[in-house]
Amino acid sequence: MNGSTIVFYLLSLLTLTFGILAVTTRQIFRAAIYLLFALIGIAGFYFWMAYEFIAAVQIVVYVGGIVVLIIFSIFLTQQTGEELPKQKMGRSLFSALAVFCGFALTIVQVLQHSFKGDTTEAISPTVFNIGTKMLEVNNSGYALPFEVVSILLLAALIGCIVIAIHNKPVTK
Amino acid sequence: MEPGIYHLLFISTALFFIGVFGFFTRRNLITMLMSIELILNSVNLNFIAFNKYVWPGKMDGLFFSIFIIAIAAAEAAVAIAIIINLYRSHQSINVETAEDLKF
Repeated sequence: MNGSTIVFYLLSLLTLTFGILAVTTRQIFRAAIYLLFALIGIAGFYFWMAYEFIAAVQIVVYVGGIVVLIIFSIFLTQQTGEELPKQKMGRSLFSALAVFCGFALTIVQVLQHSFKGDTTEAISPTVFNIGTKMLEVNNSGYALPFEVVSILLLAALIGCIVIAIHNKPVTK
Repeated sequence: MEPGIYHLLFISTALFFIGVFGFFTRRNLITMLMSIELILNSVNLNFIAFNKYVWPGKMDGLFFSIFIIAIAAAEAAVAIAIIINLYRSHQSINVETAEDLKF
């Protein structure tokens, strides 16, 4: 039981606890804050696996971007201090049952499978290696998906403006 | 026991099904979006774990995670634009009030 193992179990405790709280609490603002801590826990897993770049991206995009966006939309759409209505007992019971069955099925499959690690030399996920690979056009580089994702982001940006724009009634 | 790929897969499976549970039980569109974010994050964790423990000589899992994060950000932005527009027309973001297209 060394330090790394203890950190791993602390991270998993944090992530799973806040994940469960985020989907079960009845106060929507608290749900957003619990989601924030669950996402920070996942960033901690990336740090634990020494994938620093993806951990930084996780914190910048999710914690700094998406959660703030969700909190703003909560402010715009909810009355303050109002709790979400209580769920029907039958619905949460059947959901819990379905989720438990799916979880058990998946985890049994995972544990039965033995993963053989690749023996080739590991590429360290530094920013230099990631950038080289992402902008490479030969040797199965990722230049084309990069371009496609940029176009997708542009389309999403314009789409958001078009959807959320407030159409004033035409007065003549 | 030293944590390895099975521990990480357990965590990501648990997070995935926590998100699915939230998606089944919640009836508010913003909380459903939060559940979707949890599901997408568990998938990212899965890709990174496979990249580290099964194919350390390649970077495919890492790139899949990066692209999934980018697409998830776009998806969240579009979803919130739709939610705000729905709130403007229905004064509610409960999924049961938005059934104009139901036959």
